[in-house]
Amino acid sequence: MLDTRLKKILSVFKGKKGVLISVFQRVQEEFGYLPQEALAEIAGFLKLPPSQVFSVATFYAHFYLTRRGDRLVKVCQGTACHIRGARDILETAQYLLEIKTGQTTEDYKYSLERVACVGSCAMAPVVMIDSDVHAKVSLSDLKFMLMEKLLTEDKKKPTKGR
Amino acid sequence: MTAAKEKGSYKRIRSFEDLERLKKSILAQEKPNSKTLVVCCGTGCLASGSDEVREAFVDEVRGQEPEEDIIVKKTGCRGFCERGPIVVVSPENILYQSVSKEDAPEIVSETVLKGQLIDRLQYEDETAGEKCVHEADIPFYKKQARVVLRHCGHIDPNSIEDYIGVGGYDALAKTLSKMSPEEVIACVNESGLRGRGGAGFPTGLKWESSRNAHGEEKYIICNGDEGDPGAFMDRSVMEGDPHSVLEGMMVAGFAVGARKGIIYVRAEYPLVVRHLYTAIAQATDLGLLGRDIMGSGFDFEIEIVRGAGAFVCGESTALVLSIEGKRGFPKPLPRPNTSIVGLWGMPTVLNNVETFVCVPAIILNGAEWFASIGTEKSKGTRSLP
Repeated sequence: MLDTRLKKILSVFKGKKGVLISVFQRVQEEFGYLPQEALAEIAGFLKLPPSQVFSVATFYAHFYLTRRGDRLVKVCQGTACHIRGARDILETAQYLLEIKTGQTTEDYKYSLERVACVGSCAMAPVVMIDSDVHAKVSLSDLKFMLMEKLLTEDKKKPTKGR
Repeated sequence: MTAAKEKGSYKRIRSFEDLERLKKSILAQEKPNSKTLVVCCGTGCLASGSDEVREAFVDEVRGQEPEEDIIVKKTGCRGFCERGPIVVVSPENILYQSVSKEDAPEIVSETVLKGQLIDRLQYEDETAGEKCVHEADIPFYKKQARVVLRHCGHIDPNSIEDYIGVGGYDALAKTLSKMSPEEVIACVNESGLRGRGGAGFPTGLKWESSRNAHGEEKYIICNGDEGDPGAFMDRSVMEGDPHSVLEGMMVAGFAVGARKGIIYVRAEYPLVVRHLYTAIAQATDLGLLGRDIMGSGFDFEIEIVRGAGAFVCGESTALVLSIEGKRGFPKPLPRPNTSIVGLWGMPTVLNNVETFVCVPAIILNGAEWFASIGTEKSKGTRSLP
């Protein structure tokens, strides 16, 4: 399964140079993270040393080498959000999801990350859930978002296993 | 009555005259007496629910009498994010803040149809102790001379017709039809434009350096990484006026002798990426990007490269390495300038988003106009976080 999907992604980049990061982005969109087997395939396809592929994968904060949850909850920790209580938001998210920042829930439904700045500083504090930006998030908003809204939406969907 | 502007399909532009004819055709379709509900759909207002507001207006307008010509238009960021969702009623330019979807029926029935103001939605200038009616009355906007953000909040960023209607791609047409690369560089030099990324290097000098450098291929890179927390000016421009970024890059490409442009956008700006992809597709379809642009013989293509969460990749040498698929370690000094040895070792003009967006305005209004704004050593305008 990994092979077929990965081959399809890689075929788009055949003959192009400088595409390692773009390949990683597409692979992560497909699988939710960069599987170890995929890194080896990518190195072979792009004719790069595996050490170089691994070093690039670990340099950029957006790439994950372990399986992520179906939903990525990102709490902005930029300066404006920090002043408006982003640290409390992040700690509360950890408490509600029962995981630490950078971790994924056991059922692979949610991952929790910190993110640098999403450019909505006037609306601080900001939380992104996948690509949706939620602004002026209070602790009660966060509780509603994580404990009620998402649970209600996700009850109807099985775990995708990203 | 229309709830939304119909977008027709247009013939490919094969000459400068075609562009002029298209602009006239677009302007001829505008109805001067129509009322427009302009809803900000930048990231900030979207996060506050402006898309629901826009949909509420569409539903409300659909229920009106056919004689009423009311248009609901989405635009990019107006910069007043903290008071969003922002709605402007045109042509009076009445600005409402913190609009919710429940306010839509009242805004239509009272302000649009009867010209009555809704007190609670107006911005209050606490210093003066009075409500502001128009955008221009609000202190936040009063002192602004919007050059970089000239179209933001006024055009639909996903509409190339809107952009052409306000003179978009006229600067490129003038450049390709009436100017030589040397004249373009001279114009940018005379304007005094300095890089808006922070270093403030004279833009004309950078372009001249790349033009004179040798290389099989030259590149234009737009730095849309905007990593500084608290800064979202580049986000506003790329979201709200993506075609101006493309146009500025193409003028630079012509001046320097480059045929390939890359916009490096931080991964945390997904809406920017979507809007830029749409703009590139639209411009390519219409013949304003790609091969033989407007029949001039000038080829230019633009691709988007997304960042991957490294703040350091906002620095130019690290950014170039990131585009090359490598780790973004900045090169220590001494090192050759990127304008001479840049992407893949080739001459590369790397400028900030805002720098490129100034260029079409300078070409159309003249170097002297730009140089007349600002201070002795810093010409033009500057957007601030």
